[in-house]
Amino acid sequence: MLEALIWIIRRDLTIAMRRRADIFTTLIFFVIVVSLFPLGIGPELDTLRLIAPGVVWVGALLASMLALEQIFSADHRDGTLEQMLLTPQPVSLLVVGKVLAHWLVTGLPLVVMAPLLGLQYDLSWPGLQALVLSLLLGTPALSLIGAIGAALTLGLRSGGVLLALLVLPLYIPVLIFGAGAVEATVSGLGGQSHLAMLAAILVGSLVLAPVATAAALRVAED
Amino acid sequence: MSPRSVHWFKFSSPSTFYPVAGKISTVSAVIAVVLIAVGLYMSFFVAPTDYKQGEGYRIIFVHVPASWMSMFIYVVMAGWAAIGLVFNTRLSAMMAQALAPTGAMFAFLSLWTGSFWGKPMWGTWWVWDARITAELILLFLYLGYMALRSSIDDPRRGDRASAILLLVGVVNIPIIYYSVQWWNTLHQGATIKMGEQSSMDETMLITMLVMTFAFWAYAIAVTMARVRTVILERERTTTWVRELAMGER
Repeated sequence: MLEALIWIIRRDLTIAMRRRADIFTTLIFFVIVVSLFPLGIGPELDTLRLIAPGVVWVGALLASMLALEQIFSADHRDGTLEQMLLTPQPVSLLVVGKVLAHWLVTGLPLVVMAPLLGLQYDLSWPGLQALVLSLLLGTPALSLIGAIGAALTLGLRSGGVLLALLVLPLYIPVLIFGAGAVEATVSGLGGQSHLAMLAAILVGSLVLAPVATAAALRVAED
Repeated sequence: MSPRSVHWFKFSSPSTFYPVAGKISTVSAVIAVVLIAVGLYMSFFVAPTDYKQGEGYRIIFVHVPASWMSMFIYVVMAGWAAIGLVFNTRLSAMMAQALAPTGAMFAFLSLWTGSFWGKPMWGTWWVWDARITAELILLFLYLGYMALRSSIDDPRRGDRASAILLLVGVVNIPIIYYSVQWWNTLHQGATIKMGEQSSMDETMLITMLVMTFAFWAYAIAVTMARVRTVILERERTTTWVRELAMGER
């Protein structure tokens, strides 16, 4: 079983590495969205410092949501997904592998990029640490939850907008605790409780989301 | 299998449920009209004026039952979704589909009356209160369900995909609710607290219950009427629908 998991991660990473432009699209989208806020709000550092956690987190959330469609769509189009569902391995395991590979390609770059954007907003050193840590815990949860939506909207017309409508309400807890962790750290309250909640959400979605995603994939490929 | 369970599954077939739904719809509509008339009369003329909020509080008799209904209907929809996935009955998905617009309407009504209530009481149309925010997210969940349902052309796939979405949503609702509450308590120190009636007057409580039952009857009546149209639309190729259409023409 572990072999299958490693195999599918390696396969998806190889495919992603051969289309590197897709990785950068998500990353550049994240950077642009976050850079738009100072232009809309004004360059005062006091204001920017206040909104930094929320802006960076909303940017990361939107970027990871935009990337969701790619998880299953290519495999769905060329029929690979159907073959994967026929393998003796549990489908939820394959889902975990695909989501993990997808996160490594689209989520992890966001985490790496975030401190740089935090510096643009003049976040303090502990704030930057909390930002990276919260994104590290939060973005995999986003990918796991979002995979359900991606599987449900597989091959539908207007899939992208629909996906946003389905997934964004479910993202709210992650956003609250993610941005809250940074904010609590910056204000000196300590973000441990928020980070603990984020970790709990991650573990919970790691257990439950692949099952729902697998069921949704079965429906889509029926 | 006991005779009772056979009896119940008999109504899981759309063709046998169709006439029953019509009867339930008519009876509930009559009950709803009577109860709404009684409830509105009580809320305007019988219930006493609130010592703190004056006459403006009277919108509570629409606001609170609408909020209750909006939450309750989502859970009922998820229940139908679960039944539909387990027993593979078509009618369960049709029931969930028929309930959704009513639930979304109640969620919207609750937000709308809430902001009408908030303007004279708090001086603002909208407050980022935990309950208001949670209600707004509930409305988003309804809209997402309806959007997914309507964008899948194949009815079988639509039934099952939207059922999965409903079950995911119902697992998430408590998490969303408590996270919003946490977010709210962290951000709002000493602003407005809503619903701080220490002891509610008995007539107020009775009025609210009457309105709640009125909304229940309304929801049942409208859902049953809607499920009839859903049945007709989905079963239009079957002979019994064709016979029905011929007979009524």
